[in-house]
Amino acid sequence: MTEISQDASPLLEVRALTCERGERLLFRDLEFSLDSGQVLQVKGGNGSGKTTLMRIVCGLNDSFEGELYWRGDALGERWDAFHANLLYIGHRLAVNHVLTPLENLRWSCRLHDPADDSGIREALAEMDLAGYEDSPCYSLSAGQQQRVSLARLLLSSAALWILDEPFTTLDVDGVALLENLVARHAREGGAVLITTHHKLVLPRLRTLTLGVAR
Amino acid sequence: MNRTGNSAMNRANAGAAFRATLKRDLLISVKRRNDILNPFMFFIIVVSLFPIGISPESAMLRQIAAGVIWIAVLLASMLSMDSLYRSDYEDGSLEQLLLSSQPLYLLVFAKNIAHWLVSGLPVILVSPLLAYMLALPAEGYLTLVLSLLLGTPVVGMIGAIAVALTVGLGSRGLILAVITVPMSVPVLIFGTLAVQNSLAGGSPLGYLALLGAMLAAAASLAPVATAAALRISLN
Repeated sequence: MTEISQDASPLLEVRALTCERGERLLFRDLEFSLDSGQVLQVKGGNGSGKTTLMRIVCGLNDSFEGELYWRGDALGERWDAFHANLLYIGHRLAVNHVLTPLENLRWSCRLHDPADDSGIREALAEMDLAGYEDSPCYSLSAGQQQRVSLARLLLSSAALWILDEPFTTLDVDGVALLENLVARHAREGGAVLITTHHKLVLPRLRTLTLGVAR
Repeated sequence: MNRTGNSAMNRANAGAAFRATLKRDLLISVKRRNDILNPFMFFIIVVSLFPIGISPESAMLRQIAAGVIWIAVLLASMLSMDSLYRSDYEDGSLEQLLLSSQPLYLLVFAKNIAHWLVSGLPVILVSPLLAYMLALPAEGYLTLVLSLLLGTPVVGMIGAIAVALTVGLGSRGLILAVITVPMSVPVLIFGTLAVQNSLAGGSPLGYLALLGAMLAAAASLAPVATAAALRISLN
């Protein structure tokens, strides 16, 4: 049930975003917008503020100046409506080690949309984790844990995906799988904000490079 | 979809998120038994040292019984606080909790309840046994259990605020106790007074009512404060 905006305003718009971390200026007057069907890849060296930017857009970090707009409305009062349309997968995968993939996903799906067990099993099978649904996550490899986390992409109805380094521990098949998911989401009218050092090959891919102004 | 349908669905989803969070935390505790067992064993060990250290005479013990049990409960809940939110912070689940479209205080409340069920309730269930060991007169048992039932959730919810404030710090050690203990003192005072009052033949209802009022205030305000503290800590 991916929603497509009918009006002219882009899904996400960032205006005059400035952020300092400690004494260091990470970025100043950053502007970009993200429309449905678009994928924006954020590039930049280590410490250039990619993760900080992601967390600011999510609403996890509020030590910034500037304005964020969701479908033309300023964010600040209506984070709830925004969060209902957002799926964030960060460095930390939100996969609890003592729980099984099924139990982990049951919970993280419930935070947003209801998902039934059969849907979760299907998503895990699509992430090539069939047979691991009921093994505790500490017995899975790092790449498999990442796949558990990424299975949420299949279960979510969010229009905006924010993915912070989602490729790090994936194998070749996993990378191809995730690239397909991102492309499919964009085709279906969703939008993706992604940081990666990986070379993405996607139609309508735009890039934003941080840290060049310094 | 019309507006009323929408809000009814939101409520249903909020309830589902609440239940899912409660269930998940209980499941994690059951799978990581040490988190339950450690405070529980600590409680039993601390209380059983008193007859050895002070005097095995029941005349002496019955005077301090209520206070000893209440202090040990307080220390045990301090110990159990340490594990609250830590793994959720480390594995990123806390970020997902903050990004949920459901109200955060509700989910925090679910976590509070789960934490009390695994750390507070077992201690309360074993407290009559330890009260017997400390020669607490029989008329004090019911009041002791009732005061613990009302008081321990308050301590837990106050502790959760402190945990949420310090969750980003590497080693929080004593800070947690420094924040939690002063705010828990009223609970300790009214808890022990209730027991002593019923031993003296009076009615403990006044003190229990005060504890109940504290519980009502904590349940309605503490989750909101915890939610705000979590947002600050994860900034």
